[in-house]
Amino acid sequence: MNIDVKKQEGAVNQSSTATAATVPHEDLSAGHQASGRVGGGLFDPKQLVKSLPDAIRKLDPRVMVKSPVMFVVLVGSVVTTALAVKNPGDWFGWAITAWLWLTTVFANLAEAVAEGRGKAQADTLRKAKTDTVARRLTKTGEERVPGTELRIGDLVVCEAGDVIPGDGDVVEGVASVDESAITGESAPVIRESGGDRCAVTGGTKVLSDRVVIKITTKPGETFIDRMINLVEGAARQKTPNEIALNILLASLTIVFLLAVVTLKPFAIYAGADKQTSMIVLTALLVCLIPTTIGALLSAIGIAGMDRLVQRNVLAMSGRAVEAAGDVSTLLLDKTGTITLGNRQASEFVPVKGTTEAELADAAQLSSLADETPEGRSIVVLAKEKYGLRERHQGELAHATWIEFTAQTRMSGVDVDGRRVRKGATGSVVAWVEEQGGTVAADAQNLTDSISQAGGTPLLVAVEDDRGARVLGVIHLKDVVKEGMRERFDELRRMGIKTVMITGDNPLTAKAIAEEAGVDDFLAEATPEDKMALIKREQAGGKLVAMTGDGTNDAPALAQADVGVAMNTGTSAAKEAGNMVDLDSNPTKLIEIVEIGKQLLITRGALTTFSIANDVAKYFAIIPAMFAVAYPSLDKLNIMGLASPQSAILSAVIFNALIIIALVPLALKGVRYRPSSADSMLRRNLGVYGLGGLIAPFIGIKLIDLLISLIPGIG
Amino acid sequence: MSPVLAGILQLLALVVALGLSYRPLGDHMAKVYSSEKHYRPEKWIYKAIGANPNVEMRWPAYLRGVLAFSAVSVLFLYLLQRVQGSLPGSLGFVSIDPDQAFNTAASFVANTNWQSYYGEQAMGHVVQTGGLAVQNFVSAAVGIAVAVALVRGFARSRTGELGNFWADLVRGVVRILLPISVIGALVLVACGAIQNFAGIHEVGQFTGGSQQWNGGAVASQEVIKELGTNGGGYFNANSAHPFENPNGLSNLFEIYLILVIPFALTRTFGRMVGSIRQGYAILATMATIWLGFTALMMWTEFAHHGPAFDIAGGAMEGKETRFGIGGSSIFAVATTLTSTGAVNSFHSSYTGFGGGITMLGMQLGEIAPGGVGSGLYGMLIMAVIAVFIAGLMVGRTPEYLGKKIGTREIKFAALYILVTPALVLCFTALAMALPTPANSMTNSGAHGFSEILYAYTSGANNNGSAFAGLNADTQWFNSTIGIAMLLGRFLPMVFVLALAGSLAEQTPVPETAGTLRTEKPLFTGLLVGTIMIITGLTYFPALALGPLAEGLAA
Repeated sequence: MNIDVKKQEGAVNQSSTATAATVPHEDLSAGHQASGRVGGGLFDPKQLVKSLPDAIRKLDPRVMVKSPVMFVVLVGSVVTTALAVKNPGDWFGWAITAWLWLTTVFANLAEAVAEGRGKAQADTLRKAKTDTVARRLTKTGEERVPGTELRIGDLVVCEAGDVIPGDGDVVEGVASVDESAITGESAPVIRESGGDRCAVTGGTKVLSDRVVIKITTKPGETFIDRMINLVEGAARQKTPNEIALNILLASLTIVFLLAVVTLKPFAIYAGADKQTSMIVLTALLVCLIPTTIGALLSAIGIAGMDRLVQRNVLAMSGRAVEAAGDVSTLLLDKTGTITLGNRQASEFVPVKGTTEAELADAAQLSSLADETPEGRSIVVLAKEKYGLRERHQGELAHATWIEFTAQTRMSGVDVDGRRVRKGATGSVVAWVEEQGGTVAADAQNLTDSISQAGGTPLLVAVEDDRGARVLGVIHLKDVVKEGMRERFDELRRMGIKTVMITGDNPLTAKAIAEEAGVDDFLAEATPEDKMALIKREQAGGKLVAMTGDGTNDAPALAQADVGVAMNTGTSAAKEAGNMVDLDSNPTKLIEIVEIGKQLLITRGALTTFSIANDVAKYFAIIPAMFAVAYPSLDKLNIMGLASPQSAILSAVIFNALIIIALVPLALKGVRYRPSSADSMLRRNLGVYGLGGLIAPFIGIKLIDLLISLIPGIG
Repeated sequence: MSPVLAGILQLLALVVALGLSYRPLGDHMAKVYSSEKHYRPEKWIYKAIGANPNVEMRWPAYLRGVLAFSAVSVLFLYLLQRVQGSLPGSLGFVSIDPDQAFNTAASFVANTNWQSYYGEQAMGHVVQTGGLAVQNFVSAAVGIAVAVALVRGFARSRTGELGNFWADLVRGVVRILLPISVIGALVLVACGAIQNFAGIHEVGQFTGGSQQWNGGAVASQEVIKELGTNGGGYFNANSAHPFENPNGLSNLFEIYLILVIPFALTRTFGRMVGSIRQGYAILATMATIWLGFTALMMWTEFAHHGPAFDIAGGAMEGKETRFGIGGSSIFAVATTLTSTGAVNSFHSSYTGFGGGITMLGMQLGEIAPGGVGSGLYGMLIMAVIAVFIAGLMVGRTPEYLGKKIGTREIKFAALYILVTPALVLCFTALAMALPTPANSMTNSGAHGFSEILYAYTSGANNNGSAFAGLNADTQWFNSTIGIAMLLGRFLPMVFVLALAGSLAEQTPVPETAGTLRTEKPLFTGLLVGTIMIITGLTYFPALALGPLAEGLAA
């Protein structure tokens, strides 16, 4: 479907200038390993030990109360401790107490480990945030103030060697800036006033020249401050879905609390008062409430953000990560995302009376002075397809080189009485006519057919003793990145529609869209068009994700449900988006969606697992409590557990150990492959639903076997 | 023909009959609740009660309608019983005591029909026909209205409007319940049920001595008793009484009446949300549980061994010979998986497991297929919970029928599933912990416990059947069961309507390949699993001490 076909005419004679200034990074490989997908960082068991002090510190009830499930476990631990102290001779009471405390600590450990991974990163960032002295401009001159006293709107001067004191926009001058403190990228970047490269970040360092910066952020709220908060999890707020899940878990906890509390009078009536001591009932309660997911819920959220950080993406809110999982429309910029940053020469088409070899030779010669990627691609094509050795400018010492410029839109060389030119159709035609030559009739046909096929034609012309004439046409093509079609097919199976956004005319756009396999495209896109498209999709209930970097992208970034701003972009863009990609790699949008989905899947899978576990625990504990009162209930002891005590203890131990066992899964996220909802549900239900039903039967039995080996228990 | 085969054939006949009426009735109901037209008698009613049936209501207004109407109904029914002694046509019965009058009023308005009185020895024609039978119609219509409001919540978008309560109430009675009741009553009369306003007859018994039998508008009350999943019998013996349920054919017809609307409402649901297949998925879930429970019940009742059982061909104690084990088992499951609570046999006399199946059926929330209306909304709430968990597993924030299940939605669903377990468990625990309530038990041990557990399970879930044995006509049981019935009926309705309002305001999310397909068998399986695990596990310890301990001992 063509979104925008109203402007069919025009713009077919774009030359290489259109794409001369593109994405600064090489983004062919980033985020595109088919096998790697969104695997998480490695999990090191040493982290558990390292995070232990943090985990203990988190036992503070004021912290614990945030997770209703684990708070109940904490209260249970306190109660059993009191009971064990009252009756110190009872080994069973102590054992249960110990394992209940361990359950609580394990839960905190999961969170602490998840947070610990961000801490290292935060420390690096803090180093960048050393106290800076700002040179603030006043009416009379300059004054030196601490960076923390800057206000929005202040103007500060930075020269080579200065650390930029706060976030702002360059309003005067141009400088190279070392941003490695935040991006990890050591190559300096250029920041200049006006345009889309004016934003600077506090904590980065000016390497050369002098700039005047207008401060746009309050101290303490700068990009680095927010990054530190983010990676440390301090600013982490519960996301809507996390809150909803917490509500469900809390209500299940209440239901099981009721089931256990009311069991006491039932048991007294049944004559099982002794077997249902407070300790046993607390153990039963802890086993029944969804502790597995309750313990890991917050770790899953932190780890999800962390997986983004590892890919150099900063999500300003967890809400955005969650929304990423729900995205049903992806707006992808053509250049840099779908196609390589630049068009490349794909063939030489000679006019009548010229051979291909002749044309290739002229094209190569005229492109030697063209340092744009397009120009280089012509030289490469001439070498690869026509075997023309690559010549260097130095080889032809007596030649006059005509460099490519945005104004002339032509490059070429004057050598041995021959003048060769290559460039945009209009420029070359004008040049030939200027030299008194005529343009061959079929040259027009050739350019037209290339344009219609979605390519960009460049003309090659020569002036020699036979006069000025056009030799032929170079076909410049957008080259779709490798593997994009497969990627889009995957997205389609996941139910995500891809829309390619391009400034190209509809014809070109259509050709590339078809080649890349996107579902739709928006040609000759203006920021208003983009905005309208987003609103249209949203009105239909869809969630939209996009990337952007320019100030004119800001409204659309703000409107999109997931707006990923490139770090190279303006501060307006970064402010408007809810994520910032430090690598400025637009392809990452796809990965962000996958991470969002993986986060939700992990939550759902562990919830299912947690609830399914309860069945086995009942079969362990109910007969242990009531087989004395009603011997028939011993038939429920299908696991054949050794004794009532060992049965209850085994269930409690299993319940605690499963938390630790699942920490790596919570941090890494469950395995995720893009596929339809149906196949994903079938797989996850099988693994975590059915698995959750069966696993504890085996686990509890094994633990019971071990416990019954301890003398005096079995 | 062996009794087992007879049972299976009856079940098959039932499935065929339900299948035949599924589409026409479901479509008819969808039309009733979507139509713009008012019939003339309906206009008279609207005029009489001063309601404007064309005003769209948001959920608080709809809820106010439900609660106001029900409160007035409770009050009216209470007063009617309290002044029975002074009313003509009361067969000389005296006024009902306050606690029992409250219990009965709450019971019939809450579509429960728990009866702590003996119908033929306490209630005259006026109360039976002018009070109780009227509630049998309107309380059923209220249930369907609330379900329809929830369905509209799913079907509508960008509005908070859920329809008009008064129109839904009146139409439910006039266009659905009344017409079917008229036909149904004729069928029952043809089968031999009585329909008169006769007084009390002294009837001689074969064994000598005599017995008092009274007549009444029995067939007409019987039909709505089943059709509206009410369950309150004209006679104390309920559907075991030959005047109410004369033979095997009438028995099968009564079971059919119990199940026909709750099952067909899934079709109505599918029609109204614009996807018949979504309705089928809900139907499949209900049918799976219903057939599973019925099969288990027949198995445990037929397979019970012992000398007396073997001669009788199974656990015949407490069952009528004219229905047999098959006809009784099918009835018992149907009545406890819906909010009916009519009985044609003594549930207390079922095997341990059999008694457990009746209890578990109610404890699941009576959603397979459940009470008229309440079954559908109860099942949809469980679907919301299942979707929430499963939806996460497909990597999206959960959505059902294009509506997001967010914080607000899950809050209402979570509150809904809290209500009945809290009522059942807390009241049962109180009754067990206090010294006097236990005096009402007839049996000791696990069976005695089952009597009380059953009573509150039945009350809070608005079933109304009794495990028998328990003397429930005490101030304690009349009051607590009365409270359980009212809270168990109306608190969930508050959450259902709030949920409906929240859903109706949303913009629907379009379906994509990434959307959880809730019309597929996989989802049906998941929903069955969620219901069994989440609600089943709540009651596992309690059930272990009652029916399980008994059943496993056998």
